[in-house]
Parts: sequence; C-alpha cells; structure tokens
Amino acid sequence: MIVPLEHILILAALLFFLGLGGLLAWRANLIMMLVCIEVMLNAVMLVFVGGSAQWGNADGQIFAIFIMALTSSEVSLALAMVVYLHRRKRTVNTDLFSEMKG
Amino acid sequence: MWVPSVWEAQGLPEQKANMEQAIFYILSAVAVIGTILAISEKHPVHAILYLVTSLFAVAVIFYLLMAPLVAVFEVILYAGAIMVLFLFVIMMLDLGHPEKGFSPHWREWLPALLLSLVSIASLAVVIVSRHGQIIAPAAQSIPIREVARRLFQRHGVAVELISLQLLFALVGALYLGKQSSPAPGLQSPSHPGVGGGGEDKSP
Repeated sequence: MIVPLEHILILAALLFFLGLGGLLAWRANLIMMLVCIEVMLNAVMLVFVGGSAQWGNADGQIFAIFIMALTSSEVSLALAMVVYLHRRKRTVNTDLFSEMKG
Repeated sequence: MWVPSVWEAQGLPEQKANMEQAIFYILSAVAVIGTILAISEKHPVHAILYLVTSLFAVAVIFYLLMAPLVAVFEVILYAGAIMVLFLFVIMMLDLGHPEKGFSPHWREWLPALLLSLVSIASLAVVIVSRHGQIIAPAAQSIPIREVARRLFQRHGVAVELISLQLLFALVGALYLGKQSSPAPGLQSPSHPGVGGGGEDKSP
C-alpha cells in the first residue's frame, strides 16, 4: 500500500458525500441527479479497490467490475426514461412530473 | 510497460514510494476539485466534462492501488461509454442551454451542504479514531490472471446474473425508446407506436 487505507476511505467518503450533496441540491434536474449518482457509485468502487489492495484479495476488484456493469445498465435505463419523459413534457424538471399527486 | 514500484513486493525504493504517495495526493485533489466543479456547474455539458476529468484521476488512483483492470475499465466504460451516453442524451434533448436548466438556489445548497458536512465529519472522526487498528499483511500485487480466474470460477453465477441484467436493461431501453406518442392517453388508438429506432423524436 502506498498510502494508509484511512486516506483512501476519506477520499472515497469525500467523493460520496459530494455526490450526495449534489443529489440533494439538484433535485429539480433529472440529468444532474443521474450525474451525482455516478459520482456516488464511483466512490463506492474506490472503497472496494482500496480494500482489495489492502488485503491482497481479488474480490474487491471483482465487485468493482460488477458495480461498473450495474452502473452501465442503470444509466442506459435511466437515460431512456429521461428521453421518454422529455418527449412527454419537453422538460427534465422533476417538479413538473407530478400527475400522480392526489 | 511501466508498473508502480509497489508491485515489486519488497525492496521498495524509498524515493519511488514517496513519489507515488505525492501522486496519490495530487490525484485525489484533482478528483475532489473536479467533482466539486462538476456538481456546481450550471451547464450540463461542462459538468460532464469536469466529471470525466475527475474519473481519469480516479482511474490513475486505481492503477496506483494495484488494480490495472479496474483502471482500464474505468476509462473505457465510465469515461468512454457512460459519460458519452450522457453527452449524447444532453445534446439530443437540446438541454445544453444554461438558461433552460434549473440551477439550484443557494438556499437549496444549504441543507445539502449541512448534511454532507455532518456525514463527512462523523466518518472522518470514526476513521481517524480507529487509526492503526487495521492490521493487514503485506499486500502482494494481484495479477490479472488471478482476478479473471476468481471472477469466472467462484463468481460465475454473478457473471450470468449481470449479463441477464444488461439484457433486461437493453430490452427496457428499447421499449422506452419505442414509445413515440407524446402523451399516450391523449392520442387516438389508431396510431400505435410505430416509431423506428430509439432516437427519433416525436413530432
């Protein structure tokens, strides 16, 4: 290990909570919400790879690769849904998608 | 091909280790600053480009952490495929105008910043207070051959499940893209959804 595991965990936590804060702040824009979810998943991958390097176990890298596959499928579905919603309302503002409000 | 000096398990030159430590901290600063710029940028295209910068920095960090396979996949899949997909969708939907975006007011940033700061502070306190308790053996580098063997021998079912998930995502994206009517309830049933590909916009 070139750096202690704590520093990697702190970096990952910084990235994760930056993504979380961005998700909370951009809650009116679908595209930016998806971008912030990407940031959070990337931070989780950093934790897995850091653990893998710390304990010399390949499972962390394998789970990072799984997270990447999961992210790609999630993003493709979510962007298809964004295209669909944009076709209906001509906007990506989440406040306008409120037909189910009673 | 240059390999990090930590890969040579023992007999690690002090100077090279210091250099890699410095590179790690510089890259973490690049990643954090790029992410901050990405989530505070009003223009979605600029935000994506800042995020690509941050992802490149994280990819090099993965390489320093003895995970070259994940680093390469990070560049190819994350920066190469997912971010380009975001760019395509933003350009296709014509969202690239900042005046059409809905940038959050500073009052909306306040609770997000507060919650994030509390979480970061508590996590940092926990990590620092447990400093030194994590006892690990001297980590050896993991060759890609070992990673692949572990992936396909012990996690074969997971690989199959991931492939099924990708297939379902493909089918779902195709289905969502095929609906060509702008408001399904408002259109007469004589015009079924016959839109060709997923990319055509409805009139």
